[in-house]
Amino acid sequence: MPEKQKETGPTRRALLEGGAATTMLLVAGLPVGRSAVAAVAAEPTVTPMPTLPVMLNINARNIAVEVDPRTTLLDTLRNHLGLTGSKKGCDHGQCGACTVLVNGRRINACLSLAAMHEGDEITTIEGLAAGGELHPVQAAFIEHDGFQCGYCTPGQICSAVAMLREAKDGWPSHVSADVGAAPAALTDTEIRERMSGNLCRCAAYPNIIAAIRDAAERS
Amino acid sequence: MQPFTYQRSEDAAGAVAAVAGRPAARFISGGTNLLDLMKLDIERPQHLVDISRLPLDRVEPTEEGGLHIGAQVRNSDLAADPGVRSRYPILSQALLAGASGQIRNKASTGGNLLQRTRCPYFYDSNMPCNKREPGAGCAALRGFNRMHAVIGASDSCIAVHPSDMAVAMAVLDARVETVSPGGETRSIPLGDLYLLPGTTADEETVLAHGEMITGVTLPPPPAGRQVYRKVRDRASYAFALVSVAAIIETSGNRVRSARVAMGGVAPKPWRAPEVESRLAGSALSDQALSEAAEAALPEAVGHGGNDFKIRLAKRTVRYTLAAAAELV
Repeated sequence: MPEKQKETGPTRRALLEGGAATTMLLVAGLPVGRSAVAAVAAEPTVTPMPTLPVMLNINARNIAVEVDPRTTLLDTLRNHLGLTGSKKGCDHGQCGACTVLVNGRRINACLSLAAMHEGDEITTIEGLAAGGELHPVQAAFIEHDGFQCGYCTPGQICSAVAMLREAKDGWPSHVSADVGAAPAALTDTEIRERMSGNLCRCAAYPNIIAAIRDAAERS
Repeated sequence: MQPFTYQRSEDAAGAVAAVAGRPAARFISGGTNLLDLMKLDIERPQHLVDISRLPLDRVEPTEEGGLHIGAQVRNSDLAADPGVRSRYPILSQALLAGASGQIRNKASTGGNLLQRTRCPYFYDSNMPCNKREPGAGCAALRGFNRMHAVIGASDSCIAVHPSDMAVAMAVLDARVETVSPGGETRSIPLGDLYLLPGTTADEETVLAHGEMITGVTLPPPPAGRQVYRKVRDRASYAFALVSVAAIIETSGNRVRSARVAMGGVAPKPWRAPEVESRLAGSALSDQALSEAAEAALPEAVGHGGNDFKIRLAKRTVRYTLAAAAELV
């Protein structure tokens, strides 16, 4: 099993790198949106939606995009920039599959307008690995088989990365015995509570908890 | 989603003027509720004024010994604030009982107060809802109303206010500060911010169009221990069936003072003066707490699916008071 995962890993990453290449094209050239606007403009009865220029820093790269004001951060990542690692599950902030880090904090990318993130540093699942090394939370998910179908996994991992930082910063949780005291250890109960914004329809929760516990102990 | 134009605001006066000048303009901060409703075409603003970067993001002590919370302080920052955790732990507890880690990182203090109800009929545009469409009727009255209000509601709307944070703020006698288009400021007791539905379920607060919440002020914390207890269908990330914020000050086997507010039972955070007055100066015992809790919600009315809430609320009041008094 580990052998097989090692083989599939690079294939996935190659795909993601392909996504990044598309990104550059979309940014440098004219994305679908612009030509669609031009086509619509030929119809005298329809007013083209004005677009907004937004400068985002995504995975340590400055990227300028032009978006319809209605575009969520999630749709910008997926549809405009080809970064499809962040998933659209419910599109209403209930499932957590779209979780990304904004200035180091986890948010639901589906419940945020891209236009509101001018200048923000955004880290997606594609940007967690550094120098060819998986992020420790990514490695722990593989080691503990913390998924089944994998659809919620990018959101679970991004959420866990930020959650571990919150715990390190001493943030209490709903299950902390005394919010006034420094939180005790990151028990399984604490991990479950702190990760309740990420659902897994395959119910791989036991292994997700094991992976996060392991990553917490190693960091 | 309906088309809209967007502007980022750099100062409060500019933001207020920008919204006041356009009837279909709205403030947006965290966006976790507004954007959700815009996707469903329930909210249809034509212009959004982004106030999330206004310099209203501080939690600072007041001269009176209280705390001033900027309207743009995120729910997660407020819950983790050392001053809140040590002096107003009930506010941290309430915030941490609500939403998810991701949403608390975005949701603002002002936005949390102004979030809309989660009544399923408000969310379903195929169903009649007086809040969404005045005069349409209320599908919840004879519908699936397990989550709905037992007090403060009307024949036109039985939706509840969903905030946990506001329940803690109500028990702490918080005041909500606003700035109006003319530059006037006012300070509104939190209990007076919300309007009961009556025959105008679509009118939810006393705020005028363009009036913006700038912050919330907490008076010095009252004496006594503070406990927030939330009862819900799931252990985490669910709205309250009933929640109770209780503060009780004891001396030996007597109660000196008590404060109680409830969530999940009414269109706004609901204080229980009947309970508070019975407990002031009473004996501290299980029986005294039970009798006082029985006095809560004297005019409560169930609508079938939510009848259970009346007993559940009284029992949760008793339990939460006992926990605050360290009897359990």
